[in-house]
Amino acid sequence: MSTERLVTMANQIGDFFQANPDSAEAKKEIAGHLKKFWALSMRKQLVAHIECNQAQGAGLNPIVGEAIKENVTSLTM
Amino acid sequence: MDNHIMNDQTDYGTPAKTSDKQVTLNIDGQQVTVPAGTSIMRAAMAAGVSVPKLCATDSLEPFGSCRLCLVEIEGRKGYPASCTTLVDDGLKVHTQTSKLADIRRGVMELYISDHPLDCLTCAANGDCELQDMAGAVGLREVRYGYDGDNHLKAEKDESNPYFTFDPSKCIVCSRCVRACEETQGTFALTIQGRGFESKVASGTENFLDSECVSCGACVQACPTATLMEKSVIDHGVPEHSVTTTCAYCGVGCSFNAEMKGEQVIRMVPNKNGGANHGHSCVKGRFAWGYATHSDRMTKPMIRKSIKDPWQEVSWEEAISYAASELTRIKEKYGKESIGAITSSRCTNEEVYVVQKLVRAVWGTNNVDTCARVCHSPTGYGLKQTLGESAGTQTFDSVMQSDVIMVIGANPTDGHPVFASQMKRRLRQGAKLIIADPRAIDLVSSPHIKADYHLKLRPGTNVALISAMAHVIVTEGLADEAFVKERCEWDSYVAWRDFVSKPENSPEALEEELSIPAAQLRAAARLYATGGNAAIYYGLGVTEHSQGSTMVMGIANLAMATANIGREGVGVNPLRGQNNVQGSCDMGSMPHEYPGYRHVSDVEARAQFESAWGRPLSDDPGLRIPNMLDMASEGTFKGLYCNGEDIAQSDPDTQHVTHALESMECVIVQDLFLNETAKFAHIFFPGASFLEKSGTFTNAERRISPVRRVMTPKNGYEDWEVTAMLSAAMGYPMEYKHASDIMDEIARLTPTFKGVSFKKLDELGSIQWPCNDEHPQGTPVMHVDEFVRGKGKFFLTQYVPTDERVTKKYPLIMTTGRILSQYNVGAQTRRTQNVAWHKEDLIEIHPHDAEERGIKQGDWVGIASRAGDTVLRALLSERVQPGVVYTTFHHPESGANVITTDNSDWATNCPEFKVTAVQVTRVNQLSEWQKQYQEFSDEQIAFANTQQDEIRIG
Ligand code: SF4
Ligand code: SF4
Ligand code: SF4
Ligand code: FES
Repeated sequence: MSTERLVTMANQIGDFFQANPDSAEAKKEIAGHLKKFWALSMRKQLVAHIECNQAQGAGLNPIVGEAIKENVTSLTM
Repeated sequence: MDNHIMNDQTDYGTPAKTSDKQVTLNIDGQQVTVPAGTSIMRAAMAAGVSVPKLCATDSLEPFGSCRLCLVEIEGRKGYPASCTTLVDDGLKVHTQTSKLADIRRGVMELYISDHPLDCLTCAANGDCELQDMAGAVGLREVRYGYDGDNHLKAEKDESNPYFTFDPSKCIVCSRCVRACEETQGTFALTIQGRGFESKVASGTENFLDSECVSCGACVQACPTATLMEKSVIDHGVPEHSVTTTCAYCGVGCSFNAEMKGEQVIRMVPNKNGGANHGHSCVKGRFAWGYATHSDRMTKPMIRKSIKDPWQEVSWEEAISYAASELTRIKEKYGKESIGAITSSRCTNEEVYVVQKLVRAVWGTNNVDTCARVCHSPTGYGLKQTLGESAGTQTFDSVMQSDVIMVIGANPTDGHPVFASQMKRRLRQGAKLIIADPRAIDLVSSPHIKADYHLKLRPGTNVALISAMAHVIVTEGLADEAFVKERCEWDSYVAWRDFVSKPENSPEALEEELSIPAAQLRAAARLYATGGNAAIYYGLGVTEHSQGSTMVMGIANLAMATANIGREGVGVNPLRGQNNVQGSCDMGSMPHEYPGYRHVSDVEARAQFESAWGRPLSDDPGLRIPNMLDMASEGTFKGLYCNGEDIAQSDPDTQHVTHALESMECVIVQDLFLNETAKFAHIFFPGASFLEKSGTFTNAERRISPVRRVMTPKNGYEDWEVTAMLSAAMGYPMEYKHASDIMDEIARLTPTFKGVSFKKLDELGSIQWPCNDEHPQGTPVMHVDEFVRGKGKFFLTQYVPTDERVTKKYPLIMTTGRILSQYNVGAQTRRTQNVAWHKEDLIEIHPHDAEERGIKQGDWVGIASRAGDTVLRALLSERVQPGVVYTTFHHPESGANVITTDNSDWATNCPEFKVTAVQVTRVNQLSEWQKQYQEFSDEQIAFANTQQDEIRIG
């Protein structure tokens, strides 16, 4: 899938959960949602987009980027 | 099959009454006890005594006009009409005396003297109450002859495609007029004139041009052959009847399929139907002719490429070719390269076997359902907040509502039979709030006027619900005692703080919403304080980028005001297709098993692994849009599309068709060569709902039986085809009948534990959860406790959609449906329902039209960033300036060529309801439409060549 589309979708998820004033909680919810509803291949692609030295998660909202970074292991298995 | 309980269609003459007080009286020597308020006529029937009657029937309030039902009551003077006289303790009633017999004969004589005596050749012969009554009162001669004035030459009205009105046979009993008012709520008919001159009139020249919506209630109520189904006139009265369930919408009406051998003569709404109580709409009642339409595909076909003509093959060959293709692709590209799409039109049993095939045999969770594009946000939102992905009430609950709020739904068109019930409650005085950008019929219809019509801008639902919550919380209208007891208090406090923020006030959001703040405040107060308040919502809520947020916002509001957990209140999604609820219940989403248990749930997975004998994947599979994206990019290669037409129903058509073209194997199983089948390599002909057994689950969680009344034209019920494919892939499914599948579902799904075909035969229908605790099912959910334990509030931050108007695309297009057509129209377009809707039109406000030089009926081009198409203009003030509206029932309209890939954040439900467009006057079809026509003609020819050869050979 195009990474751009994944980024848009992940940011939309972020938009919902970042209403939570507790940002640690919000990040957990973002990662939890991805794990629960996204296919493994899509999660891996998004993680790769963040881990790629060139892309460095370009386009992702900061909170979404952090949520993914903090949960790489669970998101990629 | 023991069908007698469902088939008790006895007419008790007047409606049943409920009362705490019981009354005992004596009728013709029999003691009988009935609830106070019951008519003597009904009490007599209960005692086994039938009183002659013509103007009374138990679906309507009594009227007392025919004077045939007179009785004598000891100690009372005269001869009161038993239909309008109520029971009283200790009454002694006589229904048969010689005086009464004389009077009745006299009445009948008058009727018959103005009635053609062609009983033997009349279409209603044997099914006519006038004829029955003439017999019952012992009428032997008619003294008045036909020389005087009579109506025998009155002209027939045959304008309605499904029924005839023959006034020469009318006895002016007014049952039809009352049925149209009380049962349907359309008020299309009146009795015109007085005395001899009086006659039934539809206000216009004929039925078709009148307000009539062809629901059939008047035809059903008419005691004579005056209003008569054309199918009965053509084929004669039916000889047997089987109770089944309508396959159109989420109301799930129960019908008696009245048959002659294997031919359906008519579909008559079942009085005992839990969802419809004997009412119907034009689709279920009349539009079933598609099942035997000549376009039905009945033979399996295969081809190497979509550029090739189809080749008709045996079932064995088609199945083994499909199995070998899927196996080849799986081996070459991996198991994640194939998947299936199930349909909300299919039975629960069919959906269940498809997801089982995908999970157990293919080893992936790549199975999704068309609910993805309609109600997936309902599933998500209600599960999060309340704990169960389903509506909370029964339809009947609306009769206890004091305030009804309809958000983004158009019940009179989408859910007509429920709308009739809702209108009945509104006529009794319930208050009505409508939140919709467009003036739907309910806003103002006979004897109904919305108290508030909140005309929000498309795409601003979440702002609306937050603003309503702001009013309720800041004005102290929340029921915090309820919240404390039933909900997670912390989540409530966080929500309360959030909605109280000034930026969520109606004043701050006035411009964004384009709703006057005072009006919104008044509506919110009414919802919170007007008594039992119920919310009904539809696709106008879910098909948005914040669809899931809005569903949660609705649940928040219901919990905060304690409008949940009893009759008359609740959160009620109005499901589009017949089995949206069921297909979701059956595990057709890529992340969950039947009964909404996540694939990562260790216990649930272990249970399915042991029952199915195969290891299962714990990772969510691909959703439809994911499958299509990956197909376009070349990583998703094989699709089994069961009863679904994604090339017409899904957004951004050109993206969908490109994805289909990119796959190596597309298998379509359907009644017709649908739009998706034009891109398929293998075609499995499907069976119609009249040709199979199974169950559908409606919007109120009601599981209703679908019963086979004729042999499948394609040879197999649809679940059998899936089972054959499974066997060919090395995994035989040992079911002998659909009921075996339901037994397996019940074994593996806690909410279905007590469901079986046998119990459905006994009870007629069952609302899940049906388990040891609730063996008869559960009409109202979350009564003492929410399914998730404590209800949970979620913060609903409004995020405007990316789909904003620009200079280039200055209008918002929104989509919807109309009464006579169903979804992609594959069925209804193949019936005479086209009399009401020949083509999709684009509704545009006269201002916007004038600015663009567009006149009524002009061709207009509609362009969005996704594509463009051309439709005819319908100038209408139902839409606001800045908004245009269309339906998507005809493929050549290409409404989805324009819709974009925007989708709900949580579920990827497409944002059908908001597309920025420009509209211009044009004089020819769009490029897409021309290409579509060419491609479609070619594909139809590919299928026809085959059939012609067969015919010649
Ligand atoms: S078919 Fe329905 S809407 Fe039409 S006149 Fe009869 S009752 Fe009224
Ligand atoms: S059309 Fe039928 S129901 Fe209506 S008044 Fe005449 S006889 Fe009665
Ligand atoms: S389409 Fe819906 S409302 Fe109409 S008869 Fe069928 S189930 Fe009932
Ligand atoms: S049936 Fe009672 S007056 Fe007609």
